[in-house]
Amino acid sequence: MRLLEYESKEILAAHGIPIPAGAVVSSPEHSSLSIPLVMKAQIPIGGRQKAGGVVDALDQSDAESKLRQMLGSTVRGFRVNKVLVEEKLDIAQEFYLGVTSDTVAKEPIAIFSAEGGVDIEELALREPEKVQRSHFSVIRGLPEYKAREMISLTGITGRTLLGLSNILSLLAAIFLEQDATIAEINPLAQTKDGKRVALDCHLEIDDDALYRHPDSAEKEKDPSRIGGRRTASDFEKKAAEIDSLDQKGVAGRLIEFDGNLGLIIGGGGASLTAFDAVQRHGGRPANYCEIGGNPSVLKTKELTKHILSKPGVEKIAVIMNVVSNTRVDLMARGVIKGILEAGRNPSETLAVFRIPGAWEEEGFKILSRYGVDYCDRSVSIDEAARKGVEKVRKG
Amino acid sequence: MAILADEDTKIIVQGITGREAVTFTKDMIDYGSKVVAGVTPGKGGQTVHGVPVFDTVYQAVKEHKAEASVISVPPAMIKAAALEALSNGIRLLVIVAERVPRKDTIEILEVARERKAVVIGPNTLGMINPHTVKIGMAGGPVENVKRSYMPGPVAIASRSGGMTTEIANLLTTHGIGQSTCISIGGDPVVGSNFLDLIPLFDQDPGTNAIVLFCEPGGVIEERLSELVLSEQIKTPIVAFVAGRFVDNMPGIRFGHAATIVEGETGTTAGKIEEFRKAGIQVADGLDDIIHILKKVL
Repeated sequence: MRLLEYESKEILAAHGIPIPAGAVVSSPEHSSLSIPLVMKAQIPIGGRQKAGGVVDALDQSDAESKLRQMLGSTVRGFRVNKVLVEEKLDIAQEFYLGVTSDTVAKEPIAIFSAEGGVDIEELALREPEKVQRSHFSVIRGLPEYKAREMISLTGITGRTLLGLSNILSLLAAIFLEQDATIAEINPLAQTKDGKRVALDCHLEIDDDALYRHPDSAEKEKDPSRIGGRRTASDFEKKAAEIDSLDQKGVAGRLIEFDGNLGLIIGGGGASLTAFDAVQRHGGRPANYCEIGGNPSVLKTKELTKHILSKPGVEKIAVIMNVVSNTRVDLMARGVIKGILEAGRNPSETLAVFRIPGAWEEEGFKILSRYGVDYCDRSVSIDEAARKGVEKVRKG
Repeated sequence: MAILADEDTKIIVQGITGREAVTFTKDMIDYGSKVVAGVTPGKGGQTVHGVPVFDTVYQAVKEHKAEASVISVPPAMIKAAALEALSNGIRLLVIVAERVPRKDTIEILEVARERKAVVIGPNTLGMINPHTVKIGMAGGPVENVKRSYMPGPVAIASRSGGMTTEIANLLTTHGIGQSTCISIGGDPVVGSNFLDLIPLFDQDPGTNAIVLFCEPGGVIEERLSELVLSEQIKTPIVAFVAGRFVDNMPGIRFGHAATIVEGETGTTAGKIEEFRKAGIQVADGLDDIIHILKKVL
């Protein structure tokens, strides 16, 4: 989960990293800070500056009108409910400080760049000596001497070196303490009077560790965080409701597409494989989904009905990898029931049924009773997808 | 031949009295794996399918010389269980749980490196060396495993647990056996990723080809291409990259935690391009794995 800028900055400040004087406002009446100001939309996504989510104000009336404009507007798909109003500082120099986990080396890594606010990947290619990286121990953290070693390699010396090393070491400590996946200060500014201040901060907390961070877990419930480039369609929302009918297995995670072949596919990797295979053989999927963990007959039935209710869906293809946990007979029963309750004929509506594995004899018995062709493990996912697509083509 | 374990590997199950563990312990025993003990603190003295349960890994190692452990405890308890196993000299850990905090995984792996232990997972179904040993849940009950897997010269490493068995089944259907099949785990950080396993497969005289199941997200496939070029991996590699359609829909989160595509990094198209540059053969359809294997074997 990505924290908002002001939430991240509160954590920095609590650890002794200086942040600009400022206030979070949610109504335009407020703004008693000294001018000039910078106003920043508080949304859980980057790229705000280019999208107009960060603006300067030169006088009080300018500040008020810009604040009025920003509050309630939509920036990068998120509604702006809060604006961080901060003092505008006189900046001499900007740096980049970051900490993340290197998923290949399987260790935390600290990154420092002598130039902040830029695309540091480009800078790393152009002037590699300016971007330094260092892995560190998740148990011992990033000691200040190690931060000094890194930063001094970029040519920085004196008080600036000491100040920056201290902040990078603190940022690494925050990264570990907060169970972050990303902790970035970009930029960290050095003001003309020699102070170092975190102008922006990006903290993301590991969703799987939220249980031990009740403060962050509470923030996650804030509905204004939901949004972004793509919102769930009504069709997808209904599928999510079906998935939460009971706690048995997963029959949901549905994404809507504009095709004529409904898909009941699973598990995770096999869903990706089956969807690709349907498209590769010229089929047009009506949806993506992930079935797994032995869902109840009720959920499978409702999901089948729901997919068939989508306008333009002619047939359904049921394809899963060889299962050991999910029971084939329960899947067969759910799918057949769903088709019958939708008022359709199973042998015509099921383009293909390919789930081999646990309880397959019982499952196949059910399918034969309704005249449905099924595939056993000798038919690959690829071949099953081809058969399904062909059946749709033949009508 | 195969890697990491054989029929004599002495295995313990941490969390053996849990519902899921009771089931897969039986499946492992039925398949012939040497499950010598279980560990559930507070339940020492019980038995599960005839396997003695101890309170500590220390006791299990002392009594039964355990070498490998399947860890099946809730995510919040994984770190403690793994560190207990490592401090008692367990050399192979299979961590089944999903949703383990990333920091805990990294800490386990830091200690495992110091102790030269191999970790598979988290979020893995485990591994199978056909007709020899099964560690974890992969494949399910013995009759299912026996139908899907058969011994032979092809190693499988898969980011998807279910597809590990699916690909083994595809190979078996076409008369191609497997040496070692590993579900590497679906998390962004796992103990043994493609970079760790491929050099082991390359050294294994029983492995003549390697099949990889890849998904969108992460950079492990891209780095593998670099490794193959620089380390001169001799064993032919066939890669299948699932989720090509995901490239057209950035920002959507799929079920597997690692399948998060942001911008240009981690796309299937990018991975396929890097693979081709490194001479790794890419199977466009799942069935093409067979066509390619028949040429290289």
